[in-house]
Amino acid sequence: MGLGISGLTTLIALGILAIILWSLLSRGFGGLSWRVFTQMTPPPGGSGGLLNAIVGSVTMTVLGILIGTPVGILAATFLAEYGRTERVSVLIRFINDVLLSAPSIVVGLFVYTLMVVKMGHFSALAGAVALSIIVIPVVVRTAEDMLHLIPLGLRHASAALGAQPWRTVMHVVYPAARSGLLTGVLLALARISGETAPLLFTALNNQYWSNTLDQPMANLPVVIFQFAMSPYKNWQSLAWTGALLITLFVLLLSIIARLLSSFLGSGESRIE
Amino acid sequence: MVARVLPYQLRMRHEARVEVVFGLLTRSCAYLVLALLAGVLLTLIYGSWPALKTFKLAFLTREVWDPVAGQFGALAPLYGTVVTSLIAMLLAVPFAFGAAIFLTETCPMWLRTPIATCIELLAGVPSIVYGLWGLFLFAPVLQQTLQPWLIAHLGPIPGIGRLFRGPPFGIGLLTAGLVLAIMVLPFITAVMREVFRATPTSLKEAAYGLGATQWEVVWHVVVPNARAGIIGAIMLGLGRALGETMAVTFVAGNAQNISVSLLAPGTTISAAIANEFTEAVGPLYLSALIALGLILFLLTLSIIAAARLMLLRLNARGPRL
Repeated sequence: MGLGISGLTTLIALGILAIILWSLLSRGFGGLSWRVFTQMTPPPGGSGGLLNAIVGSVTMTVLGILIGTPVGILAATFLAEYGRTERVSVLIRFINDVLLSAPSIVVGLFVYTLMVVKMGHFSALAGAVALSIIVIPVVVRTAEDMLHLIPLGLRHASAALGAQPWRTVMHVVYPAARSGLLTGVLLALARISGETAPLLFTALNNQYWSNTLDQPMANLPVVIFQFAMSPYKNWQSLAWTGALLITLFVLLLSIIARLLSSFLGSGESRIE
Repeated sequence: MVARVLPYQLRMRHEARVEVVFGLLTRSCAYLVLALLAGVLLTLIYGSWPALKTFKLAFLTREVWDPVAGQFGALAPLYGTVVTSLIAMLLAVPFAFGAAIFLTETCPMWLRTPIATCIELLAGVPSIVYGLWGLFLFAPVLQQTLQPWLIAHLGPIPGIGRLFRGPPFGIGLLTAGLVLAIMVLPFITAVMREVFRATPTSLKEAAYGLGATQWEVVWHVVVPNARAGIIGAIMLGLGRALGETMAVTFVAGNAQNISVSLLAPGTTISAAIANEFTEAVGPLYLSALIALGLILFLLTLSIIAAARLMLLRLNARGPRL
């Protein structure tokens, strides 16, 4: 009986989620063409693609990762190496886990008050900073888990050769944990690729091409939001295509991250 | 007499100096995590100060939301946030519980990893996809099927029937709650699976050794052992549901008032911020929206913190995402 009920709930759950993915595929796939990648977002009723939104998303995502990753990895280094036994590390770990699940719209409000108000206008830079704030906890968490997997013996051997701890970290621990650290970055990338709320009032949106970080910049999630809420059929169809692109990208990233971390031998067990 | 400094000594000094700098760098980055939380909190308080000063604590209990008259209260969005999240949890938790039991106990071994992988991948699908699906496909279907049925069958019942009266709009708090339920389902399942997997094998083997059936092992060993973790998983899901923006903004209906009927359009805190922020004119309006954000942050923060504490008791730290 237990098998029946629990199996049924799983089946229903997977069924609903399959329906969602299927409708995403069927609605989004039709609009997929070269135009999507080569033309700008169209006016209502006109034809066009998502070029400026894709480029904007890539720009801000890459920037967000570039800002967030070093901070995240260094913080994880403190938690796993320098401050492993310090009491403050327990607090930092806990706060980081809390930040991991904090609502992303609040991050948008934070960056708005801190940067947009100060600068006087929306900008791509503010969007990237908002994304980097979401990147940091993800990288800290994964990188720390991965650094813990590196055997202590390696560190002791390095120390016995007379290396300072920073040399051990840079030349022994980081290289040993390379694919693990990369997993963390990929997970963070997957996480921010679809984030909409923190971009709504930091990067805003832009109908046109923008190549300066000082100005509002188009990005896929906000374009999807605005186009979906509009009454125009061509905009709505582009919204579906954009959502399909993001979902495929995120799923691909998650699968690669998964393969990488199983390659590392850690499996997916997150229990220390 | 001055001691001669040998080249290797210079080198050692350099190494030691880098060591100090690197140590400080990692430490300051770790402290930045703490600063981030404090910074968000302080910034939100600063940003919402004008509204809080004007309306004081009554901000929490007023339903009025009138940008033209400059009157704001958080009650309607707060009500919407709580109601949609409760609907989501009521529906998602039993399914997540069943699925997690299936994946850790009753499912054939060879099927476990593929299904669990699917569910964890789905937990990472961006929430805007759920919102899009909810608006264009789910809401029209609800308007044609579930909502008229609810109105016809539950509407006439005194008391509880008041929740299901009025025209079927398609979008509304009920729809938002349903979409949220679907969205948090894979997430809660993934956390609960981790919690159940933390059950010591020796405990289960002991129960089986005493002749317990699979059902008895689940019900009398696995579940009681994981109690704190189950509550932690539920609360983590609740935290996610409360703060979720995009899945809800599309389908909540964007109406700044409280209707008794769950079928009527409403709003949530995150939906109100997402919809109105860029159009807000005047410092008081903006600050009222930031104050909504502050309420949301405090609410989710306390729930997530409690959830993570519960999970810590089980030596599980919860998911990385």
